[in-house]
Amino acid sequence: MRIDGRGRIDRTRPVTFRFDGRVFAGYKGDTLASALIANDVRVVGRSFKYHRPRGILTAGSEEPNALVEIVGPANQTPNTRATVQELFEGLVARSQNRWPSLRFDALEVNDLAAPFLSAGFYYKTFMWPRRFWEGLYEPVIRRAAGLGSLSGRHDEGVYEKAWAHCDLLVIGAGPAGLMAALTAARAGADVILADESSEPGGRLLSDDAVIDGLSGADWVAQVLAELASLPNVRLMTRTTVTGVYDDGTYGALERVGLHRRPRPNLPRECFWRIVAKRSVLAAGALERGIAFQDNDRPGVMLASSLPAYLNRYGVVPGQKVTLFANNDSVRATARSLMAAGVTVAAIIDPREDAPDEPGITVHKGAQVKRARGRMGLREVLVRVGGREITVETDCLGVSGGWNPSLHLTCHMNGRPRWSDDLAAFVPVEGAVPGMLVAGAANGSFSTHGCLAAGTQAARASLEALGVTVGQADLPQADDAPYRIAPLWAVPGKGRAWLDFANDVTVKDVTQSAQEGFRSVEHMKRYTTQGMAPDQGKNSNVAALAVLADATGRGIPETGTTTFRPPFAPVSIAAMGAGGRGEGFAPQRFLTSDQASRDRGAPMVEAGLWYRPGYFPKPGERTWREACDREVRMVRSSVGVTDVSTLGKIDIQGPDAGRFLDFVYTNTFSTLPVGKVRYGLMLREDGHVLDDGTCARLGQDHWLMTTTTAAAGLVMRHLEFVSQAFCAGWQVRFVSVTEAWAQFAVAGPLARDLVASALGHAPDLPFMGCAHVVVQGIAGRLFRISFSGEEGYELAVPTRYGEALFRDLTARAETMGGGLYGMEALNVLRIEKGFITHAEIHGRTTAFDIGMEKMVSGKKDCIGKAAAARPGMTGPAREQMVGLVPLTDDVLTAGAHLFAQGVDLTREHSAGYVTSVGYSPTLQSHLALGFLQNGRARHGETVRLVDRLRGVDVLCRVSDPVFHDPKGEKLRA
Amino acid sequence: MRLTCPLCGPRDRREFYYSGDAVLLARPATDAPPGAWDDYLHNRDNPAGVTQDLWYHEQGCCSWLKVTRNTVTHEILSVESVAGTSTAGGAA
Amino acid sequence: MRYSGFKVLVQGLFGNTGWTPAWRDPAPKADYDAVIIGGGGHGLATAYYLAKNHGLTNIAVLEKGYLGSGNIGRNTTIVRANYFLPGNSEFYSHSLKLWEGLEADLNYNVMHSQRGLINLFHSDGQRDAFARRGNAMINQGDDAVLLDRDGVREILPYLDYDNTRFPIYGGLLHPRGGTARHDAVAWGYARAADRRGVDLIQNCEVTGIDIVDGRVTGVQTTRGAIRAKKVGMVVAGRSGQVAAMAGLRLPIESHVLQAFVTEGLKPVINHVISFGMGHFYISQSDKGGLVFGGDLDFYASYASRGNLPMVEHVMEAGMTLMPMIGRARVLRSWGGIMDMTPDGSPIIDKTPVDGLFIDAGWNYGGFKAVPASGWCMAHLMATGDSHPVAAKFRLNRFATGHILDEEGTGSQHNLH
Repeated sequence: MRIDGRGRIDRTRPVTFRFDGRVFAGYKGDTLASALIANDVRVVGRSFKYHRPRGILTAGSEEPNALVEIVGPANQTPNTRATVQELFEGLVARSQNRWPSLRFDALEVNDLAAPFLSAGFYYKTFMWPRRFWEGLYEPVIRRAAGLGSLSGRHDEGVYEKAWAHCDLLVIGAGPAGLMAALTAARAGADVILADESSEPGGRLLSDDAVIDGLSGADWVAQVLAELASLPNVRLMTRTTVTGVYDDGTYGALERVGLHRRPRPNLPRECFWRIVAKRSVLAAGALERGIAFQDNDRPGVMLASSLPAYLNRYGVVPGQKVTLFANNDSVRATARSLMAAGVTVAAIIDPREDAPDEPGITVHKGAQVKRARGRMGLREVLVRVGGREITVETDCLGVSGGWNPSLHLTCHMNGRPRWSDDLAAFVPVEGAVPGMLVAGAANGSFSTHGCLAAGTQAARASLEALGVTVGQADLPQADDAPYRIAPLWAVPGKGRAWLDFANDVTVKDVTQSAQEGFRSVEHMKRYTTQGMAPDQGKNSNVAALAVLADATGRGIPETGTTTFRPPFAPVSIAAMGAGGRGEGFAPQRFLTSDQASRDRGAPMVEAGLWYRPGYFPKPGERTWREACDREVRMVRSSVGVTDVSTLGKIDIQGPDAGRFLDFVYTNTFSTLPVGKVRYGLMLREDGHVLDDGTCARLGQDHWLMTTTTAAAGLVMRHLEFVSQAFCAGWQVRFVSVTEAWAQFAVAGPLARDLVASALGHAPDLPFMGCAHVVVQGIAGRLFRISFSGEEGYELAVPTRYGEALFRDLTARAETMGGGLYGMEALNVLRIEKGFITHAEIHGRTTAFDIGMEKMVSGKKDCIGKAAAARPGMTGPAREQMVGLVPLTDDVLTAGAHLFAQGVDLTREHSAGYVTSVGYSPTLQSHLALGFLQNGRARHGETVRLVDRLRGVDVLCRVSDPVFHDPKGEKLRA
Repeated sequence: MRLTCPLCGPRDRREFYYSGDAVLLARPATDAPPGAWDDYLHNRDNPAGVTQDLWYHEQGCCSWLKVTRNTVTHEILSVESVAGTSTAGGAA
Repeated sequence: MRYSGFKVLVQGLFGNTGWTPAWRDPAPKADYDAVIIGGGGHGLATAYYLAKNHGLTNIAVLEKGYLGSGNIGRNTTIVRANYFLPGNSEFYSHSLKLWEGLEADLNYNVMHSQRGLINLFHSDGQRDAFARRGNAMINQGDDAVLLDRDGVREILPYLDYDNTRFPIYGGLLHPRGGTARHDAVAWGYARAADRRGVDLIQNCEVTGIDIVDGRVTGVQTTRGAIRAKKVGMVVAGRSGQVAAMAGLRLPIESHVLQAFVTEGLKPVINHVISFGMGHFYISQSDKGGLVFGGDLDFYASYASRGNLPMVEHVMEAGMTLMPMIGRARVLRSWGGIMDMTPDGSPIIDKTPVDGLFIDAGWNYGGFKAVPASGWCMAHLMATGDSHPVAAKFRLNRFATGHILDEEGTGSQHNLH
């Protein structure tokens, strides 16, 4: 029901929206919840387990009942709190967890079956027959469980992430937070003030506080005006600080566009990483309920939500309100409601010495026993003294006291302390380094107390940063004490709810204790108490009190469960902003990328790089045809391919040779200038780290190449070895991978092609290197080969890469050659038995790949000691071999190797295949693999079996070098 | 989590690569007994409390850093560059 | 009390007042034949199989907090047997077989759900590696199916196949892989062990291990000294501290692994999906929450909590793989403490101290291992010999170079 003259909504801007298909009207400034209340909608959802009709309980993000789906053009957003969702024109909302409709929900039958669905019932049944679990029981349970639903379609919404830095982060813009921000801002500190609501002010917007003679709302406006005038303050509304992390890092979710009509480029949410030197937690306190029979009926609400709905939104959820509270906080609410013309039927106060309230019936020493009204509260049954009375009412405001919002102080494993005075947990000092807690979040519930604590917290925070804060007058405000007599659950029959969202009742908690689940963690896990969307914000303390009672312990001895991030749920899309599509990882492109794409080459991911798979020619129908042609081309004329993805590390200094000797297994310091050597690197644990070449460009100047995959790894490794073990050595290095474009030219005509590009014949022996001038550009030439043919690699600064690539391609094509891609490159290296990371996969030793002789006996090197362990060599190890099929069958990598005549079991698996390809040169499929004691088994026939793909081929074991084993072509 | 790099100042954890206990700075000689190498490569004090471990400022200055840190609270007590702080000579 | 659907009905009719405690709350005795330190999944399973398979009943489990307070209740609940190295293959295969009979054995519904696990691959090289793994699984007698891109699309139509940084090439399906209700595993073993006479002693922290002449004689605890002929340390997450009481230094570094759960949702993900390129894995619990996780935070930690870089990385991986989960909200995050070993494989072995045994180093694969770990640790403690399926989980394998490194990342603890 809407109340005239109340609320902060904009009555000049009506808004229409839909809920479950019906069209309703509200105003700009409404939440979905307030607009539903204005329209007298009482049932908004169904509970998780028993599918009981539920209404709105709270006015904040802790709402456990009013969870709805917000339906957008492409997707719906499930489990949205109606209490937080702001109204916009055309909003479409839908209730959830009901079928076929909110009013008639077939699964409400669960409520009748409740005796059989008590805590943990599912652990005790559904065990027979076994296969019925996946086939029947589990699917039924899964369909009945869950709350809202996802659409199953990609989320096309826009999300963002951002960083912010400040001196002081103030969390919460109620009286304490506003004073903290104001104090710090006046002192010149960089301040971020974050508040979850659409409007700062906290409870000052809801209740009747008077500050310095102004209404709460007017005082807030005055403070905000001053904050807005200061350049060092950033006010972030609709921003929930969700998590506290190490060293002053905070996560925060800003709802950027959820209160507006969706537009294509409007971000929905932004996830902030805020780095703050200090912080003040001023998040207020959350009211809690009292458990009694059927206390979950629609119309039973937290008492503090009533003034919030009245004063912020101008609505009341009933015409005849009753209040049930064990503390004084509802008295102002009662007055406020009456002032607005709402009937207050009674205040029910369990305290015998409860104060009177003029004009209102106060039942002292009384308790609400039961609520009645399945689809909406009709009456409550009250026990007063020895008798029971019925109070007709359509709204019951309940207050069981207040819990400080200390959740964030637990995120770094801080454990709160129990306060008997407040009957609540309060934060402990120092729970989060650099964070002070102020106001109601610290158990200081009066307005004066909040203002004073906010000021003091800001002052202390700034003084810790070395900033002196001047004295300022504290605004005058009420300082009434907080009086409470704990009452958690009204004794009686029937089910009394603790956790509304997960349907956990007092009986579930006592049964849990009875079954031995007496630890608070056991109780939580056994009953699911506190594991619902509100994470127990409404119910944990009461459940703990019930458990303490059931186990005969006090609350402090019973302990508490831990609050963990996030404070309020955060969408995966917001925290994962930027990850969608290609944004997940950086993309690295070759200088030849466009030229390759121009020729129709499919680009294949290679780590972060994209490399061409092959270069199709007209008439070629499969990649194999292109690949075979490219291999034949390289073997018969000349091929060009971009090898710039290989890591390139420029190493300089008089001790560079000595350094290389230490990181490579073989010796480099003796290499003459102008020569290149193949090198093998081990990890310190003795397994192969990487292989590659290293060229000596000058006396003290080297260029190391690494594999594409290990480029970063090797760089990091070199830095470690250098900084940790080579102090004082004169050696420096830097990655130049992206500074140089490098192209391999391979084949019998390679020399002619290089001569044509340089304008003179390259005068380089095999494994030679030289500085060259390529059409006026200073470059480098290396005579190295990964194909087994005579090969050169020509490098120029990156900016000339594309031009040189196009130039080399054109020249190659006039010679009958052309480009080759990754597929052909792979076949060429398999034919030569050259390894890649398919072979050096992190578990192979130098011994396994037949390179143990490359581990120099004359010097130390990284990995040498560990490589000498007994398990790292010997006939039991799988050693690299070549495999040639006896038939012309296709081989598959990942197949296992077996001796002939044995069972195909793990015990008999003697090896596996790492690389396969069809060799047009040898006109056979070929494979590289690892076979136990393989080097002693050349010539033997083994069975290559891939049971996943139905491959079973006899192969001859051979040396891994299939083509030109003596290397005559290389050295031609 | 933030580390204060001696060269670059305070930076977010995501700029750094972690490699384990700072015992890795004390590399045994190649001919040290196998037990010394086993301890170096594998065995760890792994304290629940103050430890020293190695971080690499990969997206910054490329310094390897020895960080003194509490594994229970994540408090960072000190950060220093490893260059020159190793306790063994490493390469002969 | 034996549990059954009938019992639930009868109790329901009588107000659920007749349920008895799932386990006793005994005071520690002065003397036991064997004591297990650690009342987590592995410790409770060890005690259960010591009693069931080896007839030892004068035994106790000592737990410093509450039963199941460690990683058994802080994981992503995945059960699988998809390893490829001999040594791991047979062990996890054995474990999966035990899972398949667990409900009947324990008379407790642990909700083991064999909904199928899919490891996605994103390059030819990854396909080859998964093919090797799948063949190893079949050779071991387990199940594996290699799916191509269309095969994956058929069962996981909601993945992003068109606009993604690492296109899906296919997946390795492990039909018998799935999930289980993690806490229930601890409770089921606890209840079953208790029924066989094992003393489960909670809030009893071991403060010292008594060793005389190289032989264990008992333990000191916060509830007094307890003599024991044999002591098993089964305290993954705290292995280093407990082993140090016996003067041992372990090949273990402790790391934090975070995991996440969303608010409840109607069924939308019906498998366990693992996205190797993004270090992301996800399933949906029977309650409806999406349960997912990623990689370690990568720094040594005992804090049971993590930091934002890995949180964001995990979410980003989810968004590139299956953008349909974008509007699901993360409800809770938590961290477990992982015993990370230099090769990523566990340790079930004797120690240099006579009568003192260790079961540790589960990295982040401990949950699915619980049944076989308990089975093999019980075998070792009862007979003094390694069980054949755990014969390679030796403490000295690092010294000898007999490494079991599935990831191939080498002796850096946090990389496994």
